[in-house]
Amino acid sequence: MTAAAAPAAATREAYPVALAELVEQGVDVVALDADLSASTMGYQFGAKYPERWHSVGIAEANMVGIAAGYAATGKTAFVASFASFLPGRCFDQLRTSVAQPKGGLNVKCVASHGGVTVGEDGASAQAIEDLALITSLIPFDVVVPADFESAKQAIVAVGKTTRPAYVRTGRPKIPALYDAAYRFELGKANVLRAGSDVTLIACGILVQAAVDAAELLAGQGISARVIDMATIKPIDRDSVLAAARETGAIVTAEEHQTHGGLGTAVARVLAETLPTPISFVGVDRYGTSGKWDELLKYFELTPDRLVAAAKDVIARKR
Amino acid sequence: MPTTLAPVSIAELTEVAKRVRAHIVQMVFDAQSGHPGGSLSAVELGVALFWNHLRCDPANPEWPDRDRFILSKGHATPFYYGLLAERGYFSPELLRGFRTLGSPLQGHPSMGAVPGIEMSSGSLGQGLSFAIGHALSGQLDGRDFRCWVMMGDGELNEGQVWEAAQAVPHFGLGDRVIAMVDRNGIQNDGFGDDIMKINPPEMWRGFGWHVIECDGHDMAAVDQALAEAERSHDRPRVVVAHTVKGRGVNYMENNPSFHGKAPTREQLEDALAQIAGGLK
Repeated sequence: MTAAAAPAAATREAYPVALAELVEQGVDVVALDADLSASTMGYQFGAKYPERWHSVGIAEANMVGIAAGYAATGKTAFVASFASFLPGRCFDQLRTSVAQPKGGLNVKCVASHGGVTVGEDGASAQAIEDLALITSLIPFDVVVPADFESAKQAIVAVGKTTRPAYVRTGRPKIPALYDAAYRFELGKANVLRAGSDVTLIACGILVQAAVDAAELLAGQGISARVIDMATIKPIDRDSVLAAARETGAIVTAEEHQTHGGLGTAVARVLAETLPTPISFVGVDRYGTSGKWDELLKYFELTPDRLVAAAKDVIARKR
Repeated sequence: MPTTLAPVSIAELTEVAKRVRAHIVQMVFDAQSGHPGGSLSAVELGVALFWNHLRCDPANPEWPDRDRFILSKGHATPFYYGLLAERGYFSPELLRGFRTLGSPLQGHPSMGAVPGIEMSSGSLGQGLSFAIGHALSGQLDGRDFRCWVMMGDGELNEGQVWEAAQAVPHFGLGDRVIAMVDRNGIQNDGFGDDIMKINPPEMWRGFGWHVIECDGHDMAAVDQALAEAERSHDRPRVVVAHTVKGRGVNYMENNPSFHGKAPTREQLEDALAQIAGGLK
């Protein structure tokens, strides 16, 4: 399932490709940007389907409200911005105008520049709260894809539902994990590596770090399962519980604070059904400027940190 | 379905307005909660709109070419539900459950709960944006319906209103989106001039709108203002209706405490008698 040969690409680059694919498949898509379309890549969709795309200026609240109105008429309405502004600048609009009406209007958020790997822009642009906010909105599906191919398929997949959804993409070009043979399934985890001593559950850019950590652990005689948990909500309970039963120790890894994101969702499944030692890897402080790969080291979102977390959680096994 | 409406006389509209006002005070009394002041101020605007200007079919509320009425000042549900019931969207019997467990008539509108509710509102400032989405969709699909958005003047404090106000002319939606402001001068904490003094006509003009002002309780004037708003213009139109909070019930008029307070039984009976006598 891996595709090391594919060129590096940013997950945000998948956005216009997926939108065009949806239109070609007959989905009645419209898309809005808030003056960041050169970064979200929404402008590429606008160039191809100008009648289906609008720039609303720097006005995220209005953008979400317009999308809700569009959705009320039967359109599949996408909105795009940075993950620091979407949902941060328009949370109440997402709640009142999108999440609450009729069990949720058909609005899809594709938030780019998620996490700290936005890089040089620094703390204000580094979204480490977006997943906590958006997972609190009841009808929303929430997906954090790990590479271009999975991002493209995830955006297409949410575009085919009638529920509101949030897909988080990233800024840097990263190596491909998947090729076109991969089949993303909304709500289903993907086991990238078998293992029996511990399970590393990751999303987004940290899936690659988990794969690398498992390799390091193997060199030390530890067998680590690796799960790409792209869909945070609804979370794949079966996959989490199987990992707990079969490996007895869990590490979660996300480019987000450890409150309210992937780790929280996994911990809830475990706490409800099969309490299991767990260690959370994330970002629990505000950021600073730097190159994206420097920042991953600065925040210890690294294979080495995952290795240490794995050893810690294995030591806590009962 | 007719695309133009046979005009209803001002005398008839005035009778409808009395019935809507009676619903308002009765509902708020029954529930012992709700927002009578900003409901009573909006009556003439709503009645003139729903009978003489809004192309709608209560028997076919999902008609794709219907004009949309979007209540952005969502707390005015006693007015809104009373209006919808009188216009035939649902039975007035339903009004008795207002704000109670099991009723679809929540304190603030819930889209789809009963026919005629186009949008969930209650968190202020969101209606104009929602209307733009409807209007752009109509433009894309070649439908020519209008979206009428009713806002309060206190609501104009919200920044999102102005994000949307700049977008309507930008997207050329002046013939598709018409704004209405119930300028009653009172908001939750008291008089607007004390809380956040604003000049709505100047603000709208500054954002590129054509402002039509009227006495919001003179039914003929309101009817004319809405007709003017329908006529094409090089700018989008906003009707700023100068109104009195609590209009039609003397002890509620211009009284901030009746923004969100229910009358007692004696006050209800007094209110119903005053309403039956018509506006003084």
